[in-house]
Amino acid sequence: MAIRGTNIKIEGLTHRYGSRSTVTFNRVDLESPQGEALAIIGRSGCGKSTLLHIVAGLLKASEGSIKLDGTPIQGPSPKWVMMFQAPHLFPWMTVKQNVGVGLTFGNWDKSTIDSRVDEAIQLVELQDFAQSNVQDLSGGQQQRVALARSLVMEPELLLLDEPFSALDAFTRSSLQHDVRAIAKRLGFNIILVTHDIDEAVIMADRAVIMAGSPGNIVRELDVDLPDPRDRTDPRVQTLRAKLMDDFQQAANYQKPEAVSLVD
Amino acid sequence: MTSQDIAMPRVSGGIYANLCDVFQSSGTKALHIVVGLAALVALWWLAIFLVTLNPSVSQFSAFAPNEALQALPELWRNGTIPDAIGSSGFRLGMGMFFAIVIGVPIGIMMGRSLWFKQLTNAPFQLLRMISPLSWEPIAVVVFAGWEEAIIFLIAVAAVWPVAFSTAAGLAKIDPSWFKVARNLGAKPWQMLTKIILPAITFDVLTGIRLALGVAWIVIIPAEFLGVTSGFGYAIQDSRESLEYSNLMALIVVIGAVGFVLDSTIVLLIKRYSWHRG
Repeated sequence: MAIRGTNIKIEGLTHRYGSRSTVTFNRVDLESPQGEALAIIGRSGCGKSTLLHIVAGLLKASEGSIKLDGTPIQGPSPKWVMMFQAPHLFPWMTVKQNVGVGLTFGNWDKSTIDSRVDEAIQLVELQDFAQSNVQDLSGGQQQRVALARSLVMEPELLLLDEPFSALDAFTRSSLQHDVRAIAKRLGFNIILVTHDIDEAVIMADRAVIMAGSPGNIVRELDVDLPDPRDRTDPRVQTLRAKLMDDFQQAANYQKPEAVSLVD
Repeated sequence: MTSQDIAMPRVSGGIYANLCDVFQSSGTKALHIVVGLAALVALWWLAIFLVTLNPSVSQFSAFAPNEALQALPELWRNGTIPDAIGSSGFRLGMGMFFAIVIGVPIGIMMGRSLWFKQLTNAPFQLLRMISPLSWEPIAVVVFAGWEEAIIFLIAVAAVWPVAFSTAAGLAKIDPSWFKVARNLGAKPWQMLTKIILPAITFDVLTGIRLALGVAWIVIIPAEFLGVTSGFGYAIQDSRESLEYSNLMALIVVIGAVGFVLDSTIVLLIKRYSWHRG
């Protein structure tokens, strides 16, 4: 696959639903160099998913700009594709058809579609299920199909909107490692939106915390750890604790006082 | 990657066991059909038997199953049944064609556009409730011949089930499919052909099935007047020539053709529906 990453520059991004309604986030500035996996973490309602939808071109910003390698994002494009919380596969299609659907939208020739689809399916290790209807697959396999459907577009940027939150812990962990490994191997950028701190530490090169109302980036932490990352690694746990601390401070989180069970 | 989320491919049982299951299931199904039809014929026979106990209506014995079934081969040989299938089939096909060509786009518009739905819902519901046959005098005046008028009546009868079923299918589409398709670069035409139409196939075919049933009911009385072909004409002709066994035989054929048409649509629904369960 001929994938490369991109330099992302978000400047003064503001979003409000409707002209007079509450501002979701205000003047967000964010940069991400080529090939970086960036996690945006924050509590529900801080605007992180909205921000991701704007980067994907699925929503319009009220103000500000997003540029990939200096080119402004005007709308959806196969160069920046999004994976959602649920796989949202097309149930009348096989695995192969689902993976290739974006290429058929782009009117690619059949031989190119076939070879790229086969490669993407192999990448997510679903070659034994290529001709299966997607309804016959488990939740984890379906999310792999969604990943292959994104990768086959050879994106410069993969946008992940809490993509594994509906999966069981084992499948989630497996996919977190796989997506990071594939991104590092192929070199594309990731922006991951999550409220799972573990996920951010396992998958990202850098994590930013979004908080406040209206939301903004309030903290930033480099996740400088070797791959593959293991949850039991003390360095992972230290970073996780640091990120959790930052997250709690950013959200003005008050630790509950210890309650004694013995008088 | 670990293999924990990999479901095992389906492993089939023994071929012999599978064949037994298939034959057992098909055999039971066929038995149910035969018993059901036999019960219907028995009730038909009983009804005629009870009616003809009265000597003043003994001529109704020609309506009995044995008389009707005996008339069938001759009606086939003299071309009455094949001609009626051809004529009524053509009118039905044309009427259904117009109903689908008009009904599916209307249904899609109703399902996709709230203002169009709000604008058209009341007039469409009103039109839907008008008996298709009540348009007959107007159709005869408006169209050049009876043939076109009958096709119009069938289309009027069939268009509403197709349109409303299509609209209901649109309403059930997962909005995320549109988001994903846009995200992957789908243009409006591709959204229609690759996402909307496959997604609503089940509902459109269900609407066509309902429409076909209504159209097949409407076509018989519509052919009573003005034309000299089709099942409606053949029934009217049998009644006027007092050939009651022929009349009952034609009714049996109408039922059988309707059953075959319905079964064909059911097969299409099974073939093209992606719904499970």
